[in-house]
Amino acid sequence: MFGEDVVMLSRMQFGLTALYHFLFVPLTLGMTFILGIMESVYVMTGREVYKDMTKFWGKLFGINFAMGVTTGLTLEFQFGTNWAYYSHYVGDIFGPLLASEGWMAFFLESTFVGLFFFGWDKLTKVQHLVVTWLLAVGTSLSALWILIANGWMQHPVGAEFNYETLRMEMTSFADVFFNPVAQVKFVHTVAAGYVTGSMFVLGISSWYLLNKRDIGFARRSFSIASAFGLASVLSVIVLGDESGYTSGETQKIKLAAIEAEWETTPAPASFTVFGFPDQDNEKTDFAIKVPYLLGLIATRSVDEDVKGLKDLRNESAERIKRGMVAYAELQKLRSGDSSEQTRQRFDAYKNDLGYGLLLKKYTDRVVDADAEMIQKAANDTIPKVALLFWSFRIMVACGFTMLFIFAIAFYHCAVRNADQKPWLMRMAVWGIPLPWIAAETGWFVAEYGRQPWTISGILPTHMSVSSLSSEQLWFSIGGFALFYTVLLVIELYLMFKYVRLGPSSLHTGRYYHELQAGQAH
Amino acid sequence: MFDYETIRLIWWLFIGVVAIAFALTEGFDFGVCTLLPLLGKSDVERRVIINTVGATWEGNQVWLVLLGGAIFAIWPAVYATLFSGLYVAMLLVLFSLFFRPAGFDYRGKIENPVWRNAWDWGLFIGGTLPPVLLGVLIGNLLLGLPFHLDQDLRAFYDGSFWDLLSPFALLCGVVGLLATTFHGALFLKWRTEGVIHNRARTAVAVLGPLLLVSLAMAMSWMLTAVDRPEITHMAGTSAASNPLNKTVVAAGAGWLSHFLAEPWMLLAPMLGFAGLVLAWLLGKGRSTAGAFLMSSLGIAGVLLTVGFGLFPFLLISTTDPRSSLTLWDASASHATLLLGFWITVVFLPIVLLYTRWVYKVIWGSVTEAGVLKDSHTLY
Repeated sequence: MFGEDVVMLSRMQFGLTALYHFLFVPLTLGMTFILGIMESVYVMTGREVYKDMTKFWGKLFGINFAMGVTTGLTLEFQFGTNWAYYSHYVGDIFGPLLASEGWMAFFLESTFVGLFFFGWDKLTKVQHLVVTWLLAVGTSLSALWILIANGWMQHPVGAEFNYETLRMEMTSFADVFFNPVAQVKFVHTVAAGYVTGSMFVLGISSWYLLNKRDIGFARRSFSIASAFGLASVLSVIVLGDESGYTSGETQKIKLAAIEAEWETTPAPASFTVFGFPDQDNEKTDFAIKVPYLLGLIATRSVDEDVKGLKDLRNESAERIKRGMVAYAELQKLRSGDSSEQTRQRFDAYKNDLGYGLLLKKYTDRVVDADAEMIQKAANDTIPKVALLFWSFRIMVACGFTMLFIFAIAFYHCAVRNADQKPWLMRMAVWGIPLPWIAAETGWFVAEYGRQPWTISGILPTHMSVSSLSSEQLWFSIGGFALFYTVLLVIELYLMFKYVRLGPSSLHTGRYYHELQAGQAH
Repeated sequence: MFDYETIRLIWWLFIGVVAIAFALTEGFDFGVCTLLPLLGKSDVERRVIINTVGATWEGNQVWLVLLGGAIFAIWPAVYATLFSGLYVAMLLVLFSLFFRPAGFDYRGKIENPVWRNAWDWGLFIGGTLPPVLLGVLIGNLLLGLPFHLDQDLRAFYDGSFWDLLSPFALLCGVVGLLATTFHGALFLKWRTEGVIHNRARTAVAVLGPLLLVSLAMAMSWMLTAVDRPEITHMAGTSAASNPLNKTVVAAGAGWLSHFLAEPWMLLAPMLGFAGLVLAWLLGKGRSTAGAFLMSSLGIAGVLLTVGFGLFPFLLISTTDPRSSLTLWDASASHATLLLGFWITVVFLPIVLLYTRWVYKVIWGSVTEAGVLKDSHTLY
């Protein structure tokens, strides 16, 4: 097959560009909703300060949105440029989801984003509000389609292999759309975006309050962010738990790796809160366990097993052997033997064809693979446990820290003394990075935890890449590194500049820097 | 509803429509960005130029995203083969597009002439390189690309980036750039008054003949001297999509006879030339909307010529003609084509309606006075 370096470099490039893209997406998701809320208050109350809030936070949103657009283009291109065999193999299912995202989401958000910025004097209040909400709906719809696509990669339903076209083809769009993994992921991810927007507004407003500037403006922003943030972070956590339940059913290996669950223990399984997973000896040192908890999360029962990694690896080995049979039958079908018997035998084994393809990493002659190759391929189905174990715990810790911050912030807003609590405001400022850390580690768990597959159980990652040379990959990785670094420096510079300027950047004459300048004269 | 053959043909038309919509809308955005540092002398003049497309370029760009997504969904093999085969070229298109979102949005955020001038040239790159590269790409689609499929239908590209830069393809790149710049100049002239309007009119007058001459050269070159393979046997227009189930032979220059076999297809190049000639004649005079409409028809005619000429091929392979992809053997499954059809039938009109509304709201001449008045909200 391909050199390991091409596969590694392709994975590295995709991982870096996707994680980089997701620095900007959650803020866009959250900010558009917060802008919608602020502007709704403006339209309902007619108070100018809410219009100024919409415009100022809108400026910061705009700086971020440009980067989201830039880095999103990369992903659209990259399936074709770097994952060509993947594109051929599952384009029949994956392609329509991306195209739907274009029709229903990208057009909506991209067409109305211009009017959001330039339509203030050309539209009535209500018209402009509608534009802002359409922008918000567009961004969330975009998340819907991409998470249906990603949910399908984690748990492929509603499709089957066609031996004539040598690819997966859609059998039920409804199954793909209502994929339980996708639905849960969607709500979890958009709510995480709303949390990101809320934390951003909460933290920056706190910074103004700490510096005793633009108090009325900052206090109102703080209130909206604390309420919206609290509701959102609760949904993230509840849906995260729901995610655990669907993973227990559909992505057993990922769940077992997150929990460093090496052995199948008698039900109900206990939850490892903390410990040091040791991959070589397949055990977890210094584990602190909570009885029953994992069983409850993963199976919602006290009498079902949660399978451990060693047993799951043995299951993989069995499926690889069945996959070899499927591959052999496919060879017969391709060489023209489409007799009833061959077709039936292929149909009986084809669900394990993907496991047979795992062997392609070790031999081109899948049918003749020996026991050692099968064992190696089965080992590949178990990911590096410590990475997943820790990433997951970092994500959860960030989530609960934010729940704590939002809950206290909301309480003090309700009793109307939030701006007299400097420790709370300092916590909110220092909490700004948390949603990003949670989102990046969360995606790492979802994607790295699916390895060695691009499409779980269907298509191995090492088969999915394009027929490229490592020189070509170094060219593209170098280009991305260059552009993305320069753009990030510029983006952060502008972001800090405009945060420091605050609402004075609107040039209304009503805010801190302009009032200071006025006093100086 | 529709049988497999019919829906495959419908999708060939739909993708043509999306490609034309992309060329017409992004086309003038590209052109305006190319003209930006050339026609705008002062910062205010450049802001006038930028703000003619400032509120709408982002929606226009979605036509490109949709074109990519639709090809992925409808012709997965084409998406896979083309994007991975032309790896370096595709990444250059992508990298040059990077200049635009930041260029539009960040330029006005700092009042420093060096900063703003740098972004003006960034926007110039973002408006100039893509049409050149996409023109070169179209040239190579006509020439055919060196690729083959193996037994697993995995695509292998047998050439290098430099092979793409043949004289004919480079000529197509020149046509691409002249077409978007001409189209952009007409748009700019339509949406401005005074000094920028006059400079845009001069640009139209100069670019028109250059475009027409280079286009005529490219077309006669294609019709007389470019090889076109022939399909000698295929599984059928409703068969399962597997490109290897056909035989194709390399043949000599066959484009002219391909058009003469169905003479009505010659309407496409005629529309192309007639539209662009009229756009030039009207555009160097007082006409604004009329000239822009004519150039739109002209560009649509040129793209239709490419599509009709290739039919039924989508990608021609020069190294292994049998691996060539056609709309009959490189499409998605019947069910997916039908699904995509219904999504398109519902959403295309909705998108067109609200896009039209947005244009209506922001329409009007962009002037220096207006830019100075709204200095802190406009780009």
